[in-house]
Amino acid sequence: MDLVLFLTFALIAVVCAINMSLQRHPVSSALSLIGVMVSLAVLYVLLGAEFIAAAQLVVYSGAIMVLFLFVIMLLNAGSEKLSFKSGTAQFLGLPLLAILLALASWVITDATAAARPVKFGSFTAGGPREVGWELFTKYLLPFEVTSILILIAIAGAYRLANKEMD
Amino acid sequence: MDYLLVSLIKIAIIAPALLATLAYVVWVERKVIAHVQLRVGPYFVGPHGLLQPIADAIKLLTKEDFIPSGVNHFFYWLAPWLGLMFAVTGIAVIPLGPVVDIFGVKTNLGLADLNIGLLWILGLAGMGVYGIALAGWSSNNKYALLGAMRSAAQMISYELPMALTLAAPLLISNSLNLREIVDTQAGFVFGFVPNWNLFTGFQLLGFVLYMICAFAETNRIPFDLPEAENELVAGFHSEYSSMKFAAFFMAEYCNMLIACSIATTLYLGGWHPLVPAAAAQFVPTLLFGGAAAVLFYHGLNPGRPTDRYSFPVFGVIFAGLALLFLVPGLGPILNHLFWFLGKVAFLMFFFIWVRATLPRFRYDQLMKIAWLFLFPVALMNLVLTAAGVSFFGK
Repeated sequence: MDLVLFLTFALIAVVCAINMSLQRHPVSSALSLIGVMVSLAVLYVLLGAEFIAAAQLVVYSGAIMVLFLFVIMLLNAGSEKLSFKSGTAQFLGLPLLAILLALASWVITDATAAARPVKFGSFTAGGPREVGWELFTKYLLPFEVTSILILIAIAGAYRLANKEMD
Repeated sequence: MDYLLVSLIKIAIIAPALLATLAYVVWVERKVIAHVQLRVGPYFVGPHGLLQPIADAIKLLTKEDFIPSGVNHFFYWLAPWLGLMFAVTGIAVIPLGPVVDIFGVKTNLGLADLNIGLLWILGLAGMGVYGIALAGWSSNNKYALLGAMRSAAQMISYELPMALTLAAPLLISNSLNLREIVDTQAGFVFGFVPNWNLFTGFQLLGFVLYMICAFAETNRIPFDLPEAENELVAGFHSEYSSMKFAAFFMAEYCNMLIACSIATTLYLGGWHPLVPAAAAQFVPTLLFGGAAAVLFYHGLNPGRPTDRYSFPVFGVIFAGLALLFLVPGLGPILNHLFWFLGKVAFLMFFFIWVRATLPRFRYDQLMKIAWLFLFPVALMNLVLTAAGVSFFGK
C-alpha cells in the first residue's frame, strides 16, 4: 500500500515538475508547481513526517504559491512565445541537462552510500512535538538566526515599499 | 472490525448527511434572513418551503452550463471543483463525538483522527484560495478578476491573525490533535462553569478574534468583498452557471460549517455539554419536547389556515426526536452529537444573523482591520495566554 502510494505521488511530482517547465503560460506553470508541492507533502506523510507535510501545505502551497499566483494575475502575464533564436540553447541544452542530471545523481548516491535505505513507517519522530523540541534545543541558534534574517527582510521590504509611496 | 470497512461505513453516513446539511443550510439562511426582514421567505415548494433546496438542486442540475467566450477552458472547468474539494476534505478531521460502542464496534465519532488536525484545516484553508483565484482569472471578465484578487489578498491577510489566534488555545491544550483538544476541555470548574477554553482558558478575546477572521476567510458579509454584488456583479463566480455555480455555493457553505466546527472544537468544548452531565442528558429531550409543545399549541391556534395541518405534523416529528434521545444505547451517542451539532448550529445562526444585519466594509477598511487591529491584538492575546500558561500551568 505504502509503495503504491509512493510510486503514484512520486510520479505525479515528476510529471508536474516537467510540466512546469514545458508550459508556456505562467499560471499553468505555477499550478504545476503547486502539484509538485502537494505531492511532496504526501511523500512526507508516507515517511512519517506529518508536521513537515502540514508545514509544506500551509507555507508553500498555501501561502507562497498564492502570492506567486497573485503577482502573475496582477501583472496579467500572457503566454510566452518561443523565438528559436538562441543557438546555444538549441545545441547545448540537452547535453548540459544530461551532465547536470548525471552530476546530481552522482553526488546524491555518493553522499548517501553509507546511509541505510529508507523504510516506510520506520521513522516516527516527525510529529509537531518532536520537531519543536529539536528546534528549541539542538537547533536553537540556527532557528533564531533565521528568524532575525526574516526580520531583516521584513524591514527591507517595508523600507522599499515606503520609498515607492513617497 | 476492519479499520477500512468502519471508515467506509462512516464516510457513507457522513457524506450524504453533509450534502443534505449544505442544502438545508441555504434554506435556513433564506428563512432567517426573511424573518429578520419581516418577510416569510421560501414558502411555496413543500410545507414552509421545506422542499425548496431539492427544487433548487433540480433547477441547477438541468440548467444550461453556459461557457462564455475567451475563457481558459481547463482552469475554468477545474476551479469550482478544486474549491469544493478543499472545502469538503476539511470535514474529515472534525471530531463529532468521543469513542462510542456501536453493536460491539468501538469507533470515533468522526472520520479521521490526525495528530496534526488543526494544521490540516489551516493548510486546506490556504489551498481553498486557488478555487476562487483561478475562477476569477480564467473567466476572462474584469469583475471576476477583481473579485479573485480581493479574495486572494483578503485570505492571505486574514490567515495570519487567524493562525495567531488559534495558537492560544493550542498552548492551553498542548496538542494539535482536535480530539485531544476537546478532551482537555472536559469537566467543570466549581461544579458549574464548563472547563471550555472560552471560559476557563480566558479566551473570550481569542474567540471574538477568531470569529472575525472566520467571517473574512469564508467571504461572508461583512467581509464579502470578493462577491460584492453592487460593485462586482457577483465577483469571482459572475461567469459561472449550473452545477459549477452550485459547487462554489456548496464550497462557501462547507467552509462556513468547518469554521464553526473549529470554533466549537477549540473554544466551546466540542461535544462536552454546557450543564453537568447528570442534567445534560435530558436537555435535548426537554428542548425538542418543548418545541413539539409550542408547535402543537400554534397548530391549535393557527395564524394562517394551512398551519392547522403543518404545525402538528412538525410537532409529531419533534416529539419523536425528543423520545429518540431516551432510547437506551442510542440516546448517549445522539446526546454527544446533539451538543456538538447544537453549538455548530448556533454559530451558523450567528453567521446568518450577521449577514442579515451588517453592511459591507470598504476594501481599505478590510485591510486596515486585519493588519492594524486584528494582528496586534491576536499577538497580544497569544503572549498573554503564553504568560498565563507558564505561570499557572493549566
